Amino acid sequence: MSFLRRHPTFLVGLVITLALVALALLSLVWTPMPPTRMQIIHKLKPPMAHGLLGTDQFGRDVASMLMVGAWNSLSTSLLAVALGATLGTGVGVLVAAIRGVTETVVMRFCDIIFAVPPILSAMLLGAFIGSGRFTAIIAIAVFMVPVFARLTLSAASQIWTRDYVMAAIGMGRNRAKITVVHVLPNIANQIIVQVTIQLGLAILTEAGLSFLGLGMPPPAPTWGRMLSDAQTFLGQAPWLALLPGLAIALAVMGLNMLGDGLRDLLDPRDPS
Amino acid sequence: MIALIVRRLAGLIVTLLLVSAVIFAVMDLLPGDPASVILGTSASPDTLAALQKEMGLDRPLAVRYVAWLAGVLQGDFGRSYTYGVPVAGLIAERLSVTVPLALIAILISVVLAIPLGVQAARHQNGGWDVFSGLFSHVSIAVPAFWVGLLLIILFSTTLGWLPAGGFPGWAGGVGAALMALLLPAVALALPQAGVLMRVTRSAVLEVMNEDFVRTARAKGLSEQTALWRHAVPNALIPVVTMLGLQFTFLIAGAVLVENVFNLPGLGRLAYQALSQRDVVVMQDVVLFFSALVILMNFLVDLAYLLIDPRLRAGVR
Repeated sequence: MSFLRRHPTFLVGLVITLALVALALLSLVWTPMPPTRMQIIHKLKPPMAHGLLGTDQFGRDVASMLMVGAWNSLSTSLLAVALGATLGTGVGVLVAAIRGVTETVVMRFCDIIFAVPPILSAMLLGAFIGSGRFTAIIAIAVFMVPVFARLTLSAASQIWTRDYVMAAIGMGRNRAKITVVHVLPNIANQIIVQVTIQLGLAILTEAGLSFLGLGMPPPAPTWGRMLSDAQTFLGQAPWLALLPGLAIALAVMGLNMLGDGLRDLLDPRDPS
Repeated sequence: MIALIVRRLAGLIVTLLLVSAVIFAVMDLLPGDPASVILGTSASPDTLAALQKEMGLDRPLAVRYVAWLAGVLQGDFGRSYTYGVPVAGLIAERLSVTVPLALIAILISVVLAIPLGVQAARHQNGGWDVFSGLFSHVSIAVPAFWVGLLLIILFSTTLGWLPAGGFPGWAGGVGAALMALLLPAVALALPQAGVLMRVTRSAVLEVMNEDFVRTARAKGLSEQTALWRHAVPNALIPVVTMLGLQFTFLIAGAVLVENVFNLPGLGRLAYQALSQRDVVVMQDVVLFFSALVILMNFLVDLAYLLIDPRLRAGVR
């Protein structure tokens, strides 16, 4: 508890994140209105005039769309980061155990992936296999792999120089076993912190992709597409452009604050 | 120093070659080749085979890659299916929008972030610091394209000061063109500024405790001189690194922001190519953007040499 008092950003981040997760989960069983129900007579109503947050150009309830959008955005981002983190961490610990030429080759390959922004790799993928949630997940995950591979490699390389690892090598333990028993548990904290921060980035990217029409196809509401639709009504119904962006910003800010706080909590030595 | 630059240049060329090979291979591995994309699903196998032969798609991958690369090196990026013109011309035309946009955005973010970060470090835990901390938290979390929408709502639809989108071209006067790029550049710059500010603050904080800054103060220099002449230049390396790292995100942001403001830039071209399934344009634009990112990282490496005399001395 004293930690929470000393780190208000962590507390704020935790509250924002939990609230969004709760809303996203709630949307699976209940929303104020069915998010795809169109009521043209109630179209473009401002907040409070019809429903809590107003309606869009088809008379759909904005609050309900935002809730389902939270689920779509969070679940897509979570899947993408989980995939990227697993692959990247795997590559990282493997390379740290082998070293040698493999390290140079893998790191050079990471540079290459890093040079292609995820929005563009998603467009490239989309041009061939069509757009959709799968394309978005793959494109974001591909970009996450080098992030986690680099982090894991540098963290794991440090662990490999420790005395207890030297002792394990001296006792004849094989490198796979050392990786599982000594390396992974000691770098897990750093990976968890990075997952939180990359989740924020994934949400931003997912929003950008669905803004361009590369995310989940309609009628599934996503924050990005709500913003894209709102562009036509900027003068008439500015709240349509305000609310989904606010949701994205809150989600990313919450996760970033949570990540900063987790870093302080899990690694008290590191003052950054 | 020359040797170092040559070595970095060699690395740059190797990375560029690898990126082009990977992009080419990925485009090849993905289901659906350009010929079937052009003809659609209703084409007969004979027509498809004929077009594949005409486009040289029946040759082995490595041969096609070398042929494509040879073309690219001579400025022949292939022809766009939809525009029916050479892609090189299309890209050159669009660059005249995207490059100024990116440069103005970088300029705005640097002008905003460095003074703010330095002030925050100087008055650690003071009002400035709290404000800039808040600014960085918020600006990192907002998507650039959303900032673009907000700017349009405020400055175009409400106040009517600036155009909501479109680009008059450079021929119609630099002033009007810059006005059209102003809002998109601010939208791109804001998220960048938050990151840069944070890095500047922590780098300056670290340097301020160094002996040479204390010496500078002790010999009677004013706090401002000690800060800007001695502390800030030494804090610039992480800032420049971050500027290079953020460039990928700037490019990604540009793709989105160009679409928000209807700017005929490279990002908009990629988007149009995507909706028309113009694979050749897609491939070239992705290659071009990636090359820009790699080139930027190379320039950052060179900037280290300018900023840090120790690096220059170390390799002489």
